[in-house]
Amino acid sequence: MTGLIIEGKTASWEVICGLEIHCQIISKSKMFSGASTHYGSDANENVSFVDAGMPGMLPTLNEHCVYQAVKTGLGLNAKINKYSAFARKNYFYADLPQGYQISQFQYPIVGEGHVTVDLSDGSTKDIGIERLHIEQDAGKSIHDMAPDKSFIDLNRAGVGLMEIVTKPDFRSPEEAGAFLRKLRSIVRYLGTCDGNMDEGSMRCDVNVSVRKVGEEGYRTRCEMKNVNSVKFVMQAIENEAKRHVEVYENGGNIEQETRQFDPSTGLTKVMRKKEFAHDYRYFPEPDLLPLVLDDDYIAKVKADMVELPDAKRARFVKELGLTAYDASVICENKETADFFEKAAQGHDAKKVANWLMGDFFAMLNEKKVELKDSPVSAENLGKLVELITSNVINGKTAKDVFAIMAETGGDPEKIVEEKGLKQVTDMGAIEAIVDEVIASAPDNVAAYKAGKNNLLGWFVGQVMKKSQGKANPAIVNKMIAEKLN
Amino acid sequence: MTKLTELTIAQAREALKKKEFSAVELTKAYIDEMDDKRKYNAYVLETPDVALAQAQKSDEKYANGTDGALEGIPLGIKDLYCTKDIRTTACSHILDGFEPQYESTVTAKLLNAGASFLGKLNMDEFAMGGSNETSYYGPVVNPWSKDVPLVAGGSSGGSAAAVAANMCAAATGTDTGGSIRQPSAFCGITGIKPTYGRCSRYGIIAFASSLDQAGPMCKDVRDCAIMLNVMSGYDAKDSTSAKVEVPNFEAFLNQDIKDLKIGIPAEYRPEGLNAEISALWDKGIEMLKARGAEIVNISLPHTKYALPTYYIIAPAEASSNLARYDGLRYGLRVNGEHLDNMYINSRTEGFGKEVKRRIMIGTYVLSAGYYDAYYLKAQKVRRLIRQDFLNAFEKCDIILTPTSPVTAFPIGDKSMQENPINMWLNDVFTVSVNLAGLPAMSLPIGLSHDGLPMGLQLIGKAFDEGTIFKTASALEQDAAFRKGMK
Repeated sequence: MTGLIIEGKTASWEVICGLEIHCQIISKSKMFSGASTHYGSDANENVSFVDAGMPGMLPTLNEHCVYQAVKTGLGLNAKINKYSAFARKNYFYADLPQGYQISQFQYPIVGEGHVTVDLSDGSTKDIGIERLHIEQDAGKSIHDMAPDKSFIDLNRAGVGLMEIVTKPDFRSPEEAGAFLRKLRSIVRYLGTCDGNMDEGSMRCDVNVSVRKVGEEGYRTRCEMKNVNSVKFVMQAIENEAKRHVEVYENGGNIEQETRQFDPSTGLTKVMRKKEFAHDYRYFPEPDLLPLVLDDDYIAKVKADMVELPDAKRARFVKELGLTAYDASVICENKETADFFEKAAQGHDAKKVANWLMGDFFAMLNEKKVELKDSPVSAENLGKLVELITSNVINGKTAKDVFAIMAETGGDPEKIVEEKGLKQVTDMGAIEAIVDEVIASAPDNVAAYKAGKNNLLGWFVGQVMKKSQGKANPAIVNKMIAEKLN
Repeated sequence: MTKLTELTIAQAREALKKKEFSAVELTKAYIDEMDDKRKYNAYVLETPDVALAQAQKSDEKYANGTDGALEGIPLGIKDLYCTKDIRTTACSHILDGFEPQYESTVTAKLLNAGASFLGKLNMDEFAMGGSNETSYYGPVVNPWSKDVPLVAGGSSGGSAAAVAANMCAAATGTDTGGSIRQPSAFCGITGIKPTYGRCSRYGIIAFASSLDQAGPMCKDVRDCAIMLNVMSGYDAKDSTSAKVEVPNFEAFLNQDIKDLKIGIPAEYRPEGLNAEISALWDKGIEMLKARGAEIVNISLPHTKYALPTYYIIAPAEASSNLARYDGLRYGLRVNGEHLDNMYINSRTEGFGKEVKRRIMIGTYVLSAGYYDAYYLKAQKVRRLIRQDFLNAFEKCDIILTPTSPVTAFPIGDKSMQENPINMWLNDVFTVSVNLAGLPAMSLPIGLSHDGLPMGLQLIGKAFDEGTIFKTASALEQDAAFRKGMK
């Protein structure tokens, strides 16, 4: 049970929350025009006549956006609707050149599904997906460039979006946070959305209401638009729920309204009252035919599906012997999981996981580089672990070798070879050093034999020193003990 | 010798091939005609230089034998078609000075076939109207007017008048509820609205997307076939254009119609129908009967709901299609203190009365709480109307009706100005066809007692314009309307 219960003066209150997430679809061109979706271009560089709402222009559907939506739907364990249709959502705004947004209303492309989230107490919970529909994004209005002017950038106008609507299944900020992270992980695995909330490629609207514990049905909800980080979403839910409780406890009523979340205070304030809510006058988009998918098409998308985080994690635990915790850390991000799998190929997977999550991540952090730009390749990390498991180098040497790899990007085998760091496992060579050390310290030998057992470490240290750290410490230990006893 | 401007496309093409005159000469003849007849207000923009430059190229093509299907044929283009670098306004103040940077698919096809463009033709603002009186540029005068200036019909009034007065060899029109057929009938010319999806809508300023369709308006049936062949075809840029083969429409002309079954819908002869129109219809029936066609009585029971259905669906789509005219990116901008004021000021000044009326109706019928009662109901009735036609076409091959219940009326007619419903009633025989997405042609059959043209309408099955051409060619010969004009 991870539900958040807010204790009021008169009752205990339960939080009810649902999310609507807009995910920008990864595609080369926009949803209904051939203009590029490239992020970071100059203002109004990627605008076609269609995007600019020029007279007589018509939308044509980008098939890849459909593919991405179906793929995402499958990733959400959801029903793919073979029949869906586009609708116009009408409203006036300066960054909406056509005066309507092409969306889906009555017939979304994806129906009900669910996502399993992992919670801090080790339990899991299924969050219901109500629907996923596709629509076009609006442009951007820029109000802070000149005191008396607004500027419009239409580069984003017409970029494909997937709007994912959950059921009101969240009972705590934690659940919502876990869901968002899971969703982000899924869409990134699928390559359907890059999931960057701070860049706005994933945007979240939060619906919150509360009810007394045990109460049936739902009370009035408030919606908070465009909350742009997981942390803020969690904060918004908590604070909005508390506000509702306070209002109810003081005998007041919550009005249905749209509220704005202020990241600087964590609080919400009224944006639009219900009576000023837009009437979007949805109606079927007459410029586009209904979208009809056949079984072959859906099967084709299915065939392209990648292993999703849950399945991958289970496999890592079962087949590679990882702990549940290590597996979930590694699997949250597909690139990490892929890197790990490549590194672990043919080597001790648990050791590889330890190195990856320890020294390797620390190195990336320190160097402030992304995984894809890591100087240490997956193959080389695997080789390093192999050098340890096959006793070619010991753990201490391995850390030195890793430091060199991080600097030069070199192959650990070559580094060990060139620097002569190979651990000595040749019994004859070790025995010669051991004999030399014993012969050179008759006093200590006598003291040891008289019962000063802790001198064993001194002997081992001497041998290691003379071998320049390359002797296998386990062998050295054993041999000295045998010789002195 | 006949004046060059009286020649049909087929005749002019023949003569151009034989080098009896040049494309430049032909174009100049039309330019002179346009100069002489400016009083009709058919053109809102004349582009003689564009046309002459194109004609010059056409003459080269005739010289080297690479002439296209419409090589050197001077056309008038309805102002609803976007023409690259040529001002396109839909005859609305709100599109003042707008020069598209793109060419509509249909006009691009016409240009590729060698046609030249004499200018942009007057029309009702955004194609909303049945008399060309809602144009920002003023009404078109019907060339058949005698003492009192009469309307040319609408919305393609400029196209109809220009063709009738030989101010172009042929014109493009568009038809959302009768906008090609009714002005064709009023001006004594031939116009066809093909099946929805036959011509691409790309680059044609949208009025009601699910009803709009391009079509030719010509001096005779053959010219319509020639023009439609060029204008038709699937276009990837219009998702609603149809991937169907385009037959050679000319091949349907002058064929035997003996085996044809002609449907005559009872509902199109309401009580009180103008006696002359009624008689004209009978005359048409007799002509076809005389040629051995079988006359079949049919019923289109939902006809009476067609007008209200149309006047819900068309404004609904229009209210959304016209939302883009906000003064922001092109056309007229009337500034205001805030964004909302700019919208209000621009649209208040930019749109005419009829357009505003339809935007308001459309907005209303799509509003929460009214959608089901109006828009959704209308969509259901629309399906019933379509089904009526499908049922009828089980019994017949083609349907014959009058095009309009009236002939051209005086500009500024008081009853219609005072009550727009009276204007809308003129569409009674044409709107069903758009709601059903079917092809239909209007062709002139005779004159009224006061010497005004009257037309009959042929309605075909979807994508069976061929049968329309076949039947129309027979009627045209028997009516000999053009011969009578001389």
